[in-house]
Amino acid sequence: MAQSTVRKTMTFGEGGLAFVFAVTTLLCLVGAAKAQDAPFAFHAYLSAAASVAAVFMIFRGYFNRPAELPGQETDDGRANYNDAPIKFATAAAVFWGVAGFTVGLWIALELAYPVLNFDLPFLNFGRLRPLHTSAVIFAFGGNVLIASSFYVVQRTCRTRLAGHMAPWFVVLGYNFFIVIAGTGYLLGVTQSKEYAEPEWYADLWLTIVWVVYLLVYLVTIIKRKEPHIYVANWFYLAFIVTIAVLHLGNNPTLPVSVFGSKSYIVWSGVQDAMFQWWYGHNAVGFFLTAGFLGIMYYFVPKRAERPVYSYRLSIVHFWALIFLYIWAGPHHLHYTSLPDWTQTLGMTFSIMLWMPSWGGMINGLMTLSGAWDKLRTDPVLRMLVVSVAFYGMSTFEGPMMSIKAVNSLSHYTDWTVGHVHSGALGWVGFVSFGAVYCLVPWLWNKKQLYSLKAVNWHFWIATIGIVLYVSAMWVSGILQGLMWRAYTSLGFLEYSFIETVEAMHPFYAIRALGGALFVIGSLIMAWNVWMTVRSGEPAPVARPAMQPAE
Amino acid sequence: MSLMAKHEILEKNSILLLIGILLVVSIGGLVEIAPLFYLKSTIEKVEGMRPYTPLELAGRNVYIREGCYTCHSQQVRPLRDEVERYGHYSLAAESMYDHPFQWGSKRTGPDLSRVGGKYSDEWHVAHLKNPRAVVPQSVMPGYPFLAQADLDLKGLAAHMKALQTVGVPYSEEQIKNAAKDAKVQATLDDPSAADLQGRYPKSTARDYDGNPSRVTEMDALVAYLQMMGTLVDLKLYNDKANLR
Repeated sequence: MAQSTVRKTMTFGEGGLAFVFAVTTLLCLVGAAKAQDAPFAFHAYLSAAASVAAVFMIFRGYFNRPAELPGQETDDGRANYNDAPIKFATAAAVFWGVAGFTVGLWIALELAYPVLNFDLPFLNFGRLRPLHTSAVIFAFGGNVLIASSFYVVQRTCRTRLAGHMAPWFVVLGYNFFIVIAGTGYLLGVTQSKEYAEPEWYADLWLTIVWVVYLLVYLVTIIKRKEPHIYVANWFYLAFIVTIAVLHLGNNPTLPVSVFGSKSYIVWSGVQDAMFQWWYGHNAVGFFLTAGFLGIMYYFVPKRAERPVYSYRLSIVHFWALIFLYIWAGPHHLHYTSLPDWTQTLGMTFSIMLWMPSWGGMINGLMTLSGAWDKLRTDPVLRMLVVSVAFYGMSTFEGPMMSIKAVNSLSHYTDWTVGHVHSGALGWVGFVSFGAVYCLVPWLWNKKQLYSLKAVNWHFWIATIGIVLYVSAMWVSGILQGLMWRAYTSLGFLEYSFIETVEAMHPFYAIRALGGALFVIGSLIMAWNVWMTVRSGEPAPVARPAMQPAE
Repeated sequence: MSLMAKHEILEKNSILLLIGILLVVSIGGLVEIAPLFYLKSTIEKVEGMRPYTPLELAGRNVYIREGCYTCHSQQVRPLRDEVERYGHYSLAAESMYDHPFQWGSKRTGPDLSRVGGKYSDEWHVAHLKNPRAVVPQSVMPGYPFLAQADLDLKGLAAHMKALQTVGVPYSEEQIKNAAKDAKVQATLDDPSAADLQGRYPKSTARDYDGNPSRVTEMDALVAYLQMMGTLVDLKLYNDKANLR
């Protein structure tokens, strides 16, 4: 073999990164020794341990690899795809999904049966709620996005993922961020900015990881073998770059001490509120929408074996969606101390946003043209298609709720929670499950999933769960909104606040039941994925690469 | 169709596509956020706003740490039922020293922006320790551990220093006296209470948690709750003068 004559040397990246992590270990130990508070010390030790592990992994990777780095192409001239980090992210997504849904179920039960808070700091609703939202959005959703984006960008560019260690750095670094953020919440480390709760050091680490993510993604596109950048990649790219902008805008904080966990944000009051919801709504718009539309644009056509319905619609709805979404934040601040002109702008653009949202839905659904019969036979495709239907539903509901008159009723109530979950469980959840069910056999080179029947069970159990959840929240939200503003014939407020809380109880119990069904569905998925990897029938021959018509 | 054909340029050039995305997503944020920093009408002029006392600030940090914002708003909207239920609608000026803001997004529990003075200290302590002891239908978690946690008095000055750097008008004198002021504010009939009130008008000094031997996180949280919405005298507030 020719390779054996090449002398094995450590690359600059391997040596440099090992050195950086060795220095980081020392810095973390210094941080732990000088820590001002216990959570910071814990995180410093955790980071030191992770840095040692990183050095170890770099050296192990070096000693176990052949002298030559993996080539850009396999011997038969096809792109040599780098799938190992994707496998990790896919498995992590399943794990975090089950964990995040379970925490969600727990806090739902706490609202119905408050004794479950057990008067303990780390079990109280206020600390667990960010754990739930971060676990499902960033841990579950984030890993699905990283896994699918790395998979899609390689296949649609017909080239190997850029970087030797960079993809691993992104995947492992991102999951380490999740661990820091999640353990921080339990210990009371929070900025209290919704969906941006992690403190300054976690934010800094995420910034580094995210820049590397952007670079890996962009360089892979730059060295593509296809002349055109496929539409899914536009959405992934918009998601990655806009999340970077939002993260930087919403998190400029000044730490009280570089050895302590607490920091103060430079923005205050009304400006801070505007920055927060500019960030918050576009975490929905770019993390939970643009990113997952990238998934839709690859996995729906692939699974249905049909081309995307309309190329022109893709272009129009892509640019319209990313332009309009950014304006929508102020609808979270209707009737607040935010100036009226900003609120009205936010409402106007939120209503306009309905159109590009439905453009995406139509493009996804109509891709099924000529393949609708597959919905009967393929539960994975059914999951993907139903997710797009949920997307359409919640992107109609959202603009409606952004109308000030509607918002005066819906805001501060469970209606918002129900709306979020029809999008999160129905759209993000189902499109992610569909992508995972596609990815697992492809990545582990199996003929098919261990059990399509189990997918069917997952689909129906989770769907019933969503319906129970969302309808319970509609009823409780509208009921509470109406009770708050109800007057007696003598002109007095009819209900005290606590009476409206009491009225919520049955709906909180139903919501928890819906959540439990959703958790059961995800456990079925975890089992199915496990069995597929463990014992699924291997794929007969290497899948022929799909060649687009030239 | 020619416009669609031109899109090919972006589809074939990743850097142009990236720049295009950046430009398109920047516009909305710039238009909506930047003016809030220089339009004078964004924050009304009011009398009475002052930065938090060290004890109130510590209480506010407990409020943040325990995630109270996940269930309680601090923002009364100018709607008839809200104004009757909670009091005068919230003014932008009332959160001008809030880093970060705590307006909230959900009312599983009631709005708290004007809760100050509505209940006694004893009620708050009993309620925080066991909400269902005073409000049987409540779904709020209990926080008995706050009464057992000693407040870190020494660290308060550094917090105020950081806030001063990001724009809160704390004086050097206020920062220097942070630990002392916090202790004084949590003590009934302390002789230095007048100094505290000189530095922080309208602040009240008393033993908030009913345990005179210690300054606890419960003291701090109750002190914070009891000052909420009490700084601006809304009877004197002229909303016509602030039309915007």
